[in-house]
Amino acid sequence: MNDLTPIKTTLKDWETDQEVRWCPGCGDYAILKAVQRTLPELGSDPSNTVFVSGIGCSSRFPYYVESYGFHTIHGRAPAFATGIKLANPDLDVWLITGDGDGLSIGGNHLMHVIRRNLNTQILLFNNEIYGLTKGQYSPTSREGTSSPTTPLGSVDHPASPCAFALGAGGRFIARSYDVSKDLPQVLKAAHAHQGAAFVEIFQNCIVYNKDRFDDFTAKPVADATQLWTRHGEPLLFAKGTKGLALDTQALKLKVVDVTDGDWQTAGVVVHDQTNRTLAHLLVEMPFGAFPMALGVIYDDPRPTFESALLGQDHKARAGKSADLGKLLAKGQTWTVDA
Amino acid sequence: MATALFEGPEALTGGPEVSPAPEAVVVRFAGDSGDGMQLTGGQFTLSTALAGNDLATFPDFPAEIRAPQGTLFGVSAFQINFGSTEIETAGDQPDVLIAMNPAALKVNLAALKVGGLIIADSGEFNKRNLEKAKYEANPLDDGSLDKWQLLAFDISALTLQAVKPFGLGNKEALRCKNMWTLGLALWMFDRDRQPLIDWLNAKFARNQVLADANVAALNAGHAYGETAELSGPLRQVHIGAVASEPGLYRTVTGAESISYGLVAGAQLASLPMFFGGYPITPASSILHNLVKLKEFGVTTFQAEDEIAAIASAIGASYAGHLGVTSSSGPGIALKTEAMGLAVMTELPLVIVNSQRGGPSTGLPTKTEQSDLYQAVYGRNGDAPIPVVAARSPSDAFDCAIEAVRIATQYMTPVILLTDGYIANAAEPWKVPDPKAYTPFPVTFLEEPNGPDGTVLPYARNDKGARPWIKAGTPGLMHRIGGIEKNPLTGNIDYAPASHQTMTDARKAKIDGIARSIPAQEVTLGEPGGRLVLVGWGSTFGAIHQAVRRARKRGLDVSHVHVRHVWPLPENLGDLLKGYDKVLVPEMNTGQFKTVLRDQYLVDARPLTKTSGQPFTIAEIEAAIDAALA
Repeated sequence: MNDLTPIKTTLKDWETDQEVRWCPGCGDYAILKAVQRTLPELGSDPSNTVFVSGIGCSSRFPYYVESYGFHTIHGRAPAFATGIKLANPDLDVWLITGDGDGLSIGGNHLMHVIRRNLNTQILLFNNEIYGLTKGQYSPTSREGTSSPTTPLGSVDHPASPCAFALGAGGRFIARSYDVSKDLPQVLKAAHAHQGAAFVEIFQNCIVYNKDRFDDFTAKPVADATQLWTRHGEPLLFAKGTKGLALDTQALKLKVVDVTDGDWQTAGVVVHDQTNRTLAHLLVEMPFGAFPMALGVIYDDPRPTFESALLGQDHKARAGKSADLGKLLAKGQTWTVDA
Repeated sequence: MATALFEGPEALTGGPEVSPAPEAVVVRFAGDSGDGMQLTGGQFTLSTALAGNDLATFPDFPAEIRAPQGTLFGVSAFQINFGSTEIETAGDQPDVLIAMNPAALKVNLAALKVGGLIIADSGEFNKRNLEKAKYEANPLDDGSLDKWQLLAFDISALTLQAVKPFGLGNKEALRCKNMWTLGLALWMFDRDRQPLIDWLNAKFARNQVLADANVAALNAGHAYGETAELSGPLRQVHIGAVASEPGLYRTVTGAESISYGLVAGAQLASLPMFFGGYPITPASSILHNLVKLKEFGVTTFQAEDEIAAIASAIGASYAGHLGVTSSSGPGIALKTEAMGLAVMTELPLVIVNSQRGGPSTGLPTKTEQSDLYQAVYGRNGDAPIPVVAARSPSDAFDCAIEAVRIATQYMTPVILLTDGYIANAAEPWKVPDPKAYTPFPVTFLEEPNGPDGTVLPYARNDKGARPWIKAGTPGLMHRIGGIEKNPLTGNIDYAPASHQTMTDARKAKIDGIARSIPAQEVTLGEPGGRLVLVGWGSTFGAIHQAVRRARKRGLDVSHVHVRHVWPLPENLGDLLKGYDKVLVPEMNTGQFKTVLRDQYLVDARPLTKTSGQPFTIAEIEAAIDAALA
């Protein structure tokens, strides 16, 4: 993001004239609306905003946002975004990727864009399946996923996007899901973060992986299974009746009961979004025995890649002339007389 | 070959009858890859240039950084051809071979001209090194070198003696051997030592002892030549300055001139430059050069891989910079998909391919021209890309400017073909005046270009080029991508008519570039006749000299050297049809020959070489004789 003057826009201003072509009921619609709703609140300028994507269902996103958009090649969007930001660091760049695009073919670039800390918002739509190629299992598919390429069930262990991003040196890790009413809040926090802001968004693939996330997104179970992390607040869920405490013997989190709101006595940990160790514990909690951690899990900025690189370039240029003729004539030369 | 111009090696070695000084000499420095032969060669090149000789060099080194000492595969060599006449190749056969160990002698001996001079460091011809070089007997003693003239002395011991006052360790002291040898070579060719002494003092500015030791070694080698009573045939030779066009000169390697040319091109286009690269031999030196040119508006980015390197460059172009990337063989292969995207999105981009021997990893440090098919044809879909090929280090400067011109004027990726030979070789260069080039400033679209304030990113100008719209330009929001698009709006459009229109438009645009390039000239000879040799790239020197010699012998042969490999100059087909025979020498299995046959239905015949070594003049001359027999 950048510090340019906020622009007044409405959701409509961020819609293109293009017919949206996701399957009816796809979670991508909800994410698109959440983003289009958030951008006016951020005061973003369509002329100064760029959506960059790779390949896959999620990567059609830029065509539907009335801003600059670049639908690139499979997995490489982070590298395009890097060139864009280095050429013009004032541009507000959003990276749209999916679990296949970002973690399979593009895992390398995702790692490096996070490691370098390019100032972008990275939205990874995780539907745990390859949608556009008709339902093959993806690097985030759970073990045993039956798919056209794994009729007997997949055998490989899934990657955890947030753990990957954190492991790559990410300084902002957040998680939400397509129809969550809190998604805009997460997006705003990501935008406010100076640096690579990684957001995993669970997304329902209505055709090939329907209701995959119902075990924590379905209304009846949501309260009991969702834990929204908020900086400075205790890690509570199930309407405050449960919380996460630290098992100091085993050095891991444990679920504790909270009676009458007395989370202090139960030893519930207060969330510190700058605590990297806590972030690791939260993103690696096995779901089932633990709730699903959502919200801003980690947010601890450090200098961005482009500010460091361009700052260094700026210093290197100081006081030097750009006279190519002079440069070419420098050093060991000789003259041939007429 | 320039060496043919002087009468036998006696001129150099002062044999029985002293002949006048030769017009040109070929010297090859060969040693272990840790012996600093490339450095020695580079400095000798500089002193040669400062003496006003014309020159061409050929660095030939192993892919291993530090191959095991003393082994045959660890030999590193640097050949220089210099003279008081025009020099266009590094020379076919050395007149002088400086061999720092048995392996260097063994590997390079076959190339040495019969009667040529061998200078060998006898101190290194011990049992262990002889075994490593697979010599059963010491060649310095067993008469096996009788075809040549031999000067063997213990350079190692002489160096140790010379640097003794500086108290260096044995290993460090022996590292000064190359300077001792350089000193001897400077004496042999009557060269001024001062520029080398200045260079050593600058290089070792932080370690005066090392500087002094190296200078002492250099001086000792020089003094040895001057004063030692050599029983053998060594004598001093002065090669006069070449008659060149008046002006300021320097030496330049292809990697340097491409870097400068890209900077010049960006300036002529009024653009900042973004270079995305990933280390690979022999292309890395371009990145190494450009990082030092930041004040020219250059931003460099070492990406995580070849794909990210080109992708970042395309991203930068999208944001209004001149995107440039560079690589070699396998790295270019990795960039292919992104090149297709640049074709599809019609963004300017320069891709420099420093070709090396292939396929796969191939011969990383050796030269070849085998990426021509890849450049012209090698992408999925109908994805035409213009291709410009440099023929020499100095020519690469103009070729880089030309690549930038085409990329920015036609909104297209352009491939600039060079090779390992051009990248590493040095030659004298008349320093160009960047102001003498006609600028081709880029105009970005700033206002809506469609009816009712709409933006039409794919509306075309008379060149068939779409407007360049910098991301971030107020009010011109639009989306681009790799999917087929509407011929005006750029929105996704798979309609049959759209794909037909867009495929045709992309092809017509690239074909149309032919109208903006100069007509093909006959490089040497006549526009018609019995035989023409058609070349491209770094075979220029060898072809040119071979044709010159054949013409001197009265043969009806001409040379046509093509810079614009794609699209080809408009008159090339008619020009070639004026000759009875067309012979295409290239360092591959006949790729350009195929392109010429395809485009013009001419009976172009191949002359191919894929040994990782450049053509010799003699090889091409022999082919001319065979074709005209």
